[in-house]
Amino acid sequence: MTDRIMAGWTREDLAARAARELHDGYYVNLGIGIPTLVSNFIAPDVDVTLQSENGMLGLGPYPLEREVDPDIINAGKETITELSRTSYVSSAESFGMIRGGHINVSVLGAMEVSETGDLANWMVPGRMVKGPGGAMDLVAGVRRIIVLMDHTAKDGSPKFRKACSLPLTGHNVVDMLITNLGVFERADRQSAFVLRELAPGIRVEDVRRHTEAVYEEGLR
Amino acid sequence: MAEKIFSDARSALDGLLFDGMTIAAGGFGLCGIPETLIDGLLAAGVRNLTIISNNAGVDDFGLGKLLRTRQVKKMISSYVGENKEFERQYLAGELEIEFCPQGTLAERIRAGGAGIPGFYTRTGVGTLIAEGKELKEFDGERFVLERGLTADLAIVKARRGDRYGNLQFRKSARNFNPVVATCGRVTVAEVEEIVPDGGFDPDAIHTPGVFVQRLIKATSNEKRIERRTVRQGEAV
Repeated sequence: MTDRIMAGWTREDLAARAARELHDGYYVNLGIGIPTLVSNFIAPDVDVTLQSENGMLGLGPYPLEREVDPDIINAGKETITELSRTSYVSSAESFGMIRGGHINVSVLGAMEVSETGDLANWMVPGRMVKGPGGAMDLVAGVRRIIVLMDHTAKDGSPKFRKACSLPLTGHNVVDMLITNLGVFERADRQSAFVLRELAPGIRVEDVRRHTEAVYEEGLR
Repeated sequence: MAEKIFSDARSALDGLLFDGMTIAAGGFGLCGIPETLIDGLLAAGVRNLTIISNNAGVDDFGLGKLLRTRQVKKMISSYVGENKEFERQYLAGELEIEFCPQGTLAERIRAGGAGIPGFYTRTGVGTLIAEGKELKEFDGERFVLERGLTADLAIVKARRGDRYGNLQFRKSARNFNPVVATCGRVTVAEVEEIVPDGGFDPDAIHTPGVFVQRLIKATSNEKRIERRTVRQGEAV
């Protein structure tokens, strides 16, 4: 049997799906990469305040060329703009917001996720280690963690696994996993993940074949 | 009152530097970094430094300058990914690194400056970061003991300062600077502008002068941008 070519959702689709998890009034931290795209897909009637861990609450869009200010950057070190609601704090106070459970949701990328919600996204042994940045603090402190990642690695091996093979960023921290094949969610951190949605053209058998983790099936 | 305003980086750092010392530096990426004082450390040639800083600059700017001249022995940082020379020295075993999650780093500096020798945090439990550290259970959850950090010297960058050492930062250039200012046995600040006596609204001071012993007017305010991201203008 030849393997079907897995496509499913694009990067933008992943970001758009994650954006639907953000509710009116939420304070949200978006990680670097695909998670940053989430802000492009927040519905106009949903008012979300974005937080950046270097010490900015209330992130605006990227600046026009003439608005660029080197003193206004996000956690990805990108130039950004402020809004009428914006406040600045020290990095210590910013992580107080995170560690203290005041941020509703964080959306992050991953290299691997385990069936018990472990997350690995900071280190590959044998490669140059750049450091964890704020990822460990985010997964330890933010109330709900949503992970966006490709379902499989470049060599086709599953990234949603029984146990992470890479060093962990956090132990039992993931609440929702959105991959190009579908959406997995769990009721709480004692529960198993449930496959809730499939990307267009993806069948449950496709997900089974490309997943090592044990999960339940409960399509909505 | 002892005069806190010094004429330049050289005089402000005079008598404070010794080989093998620990220096904490404010800034996030290249934003809000004490450019003038880093140049002062470069000129002074002090060596075997342990640097506490969230990042390590880039190859030719910020703390990267001190890496190039091999003045740094060890970095305590959360993320060092923007620096090729760092990578080369680290892989060659010439440079030591202690990785610390960013929020834990900020809190370790804050704690050190506030006289708190250690604290428990959930961050890093079950990861390599917690290895060899004490774990303690509170209300059924596990936390790891992290130590407060202090430094022989702290260097920070602020938008404005006055002769009393009061500082005000600007926008996200605030970042680590206020906590770093508290953790130095001696703290030297560089400011873009020195405000006259009484020029500050007392409610608008971010770092009170008690934390700052010496202050200079910055001569380097390049504020290099690491990732210039812009959006296209809307049609009018």
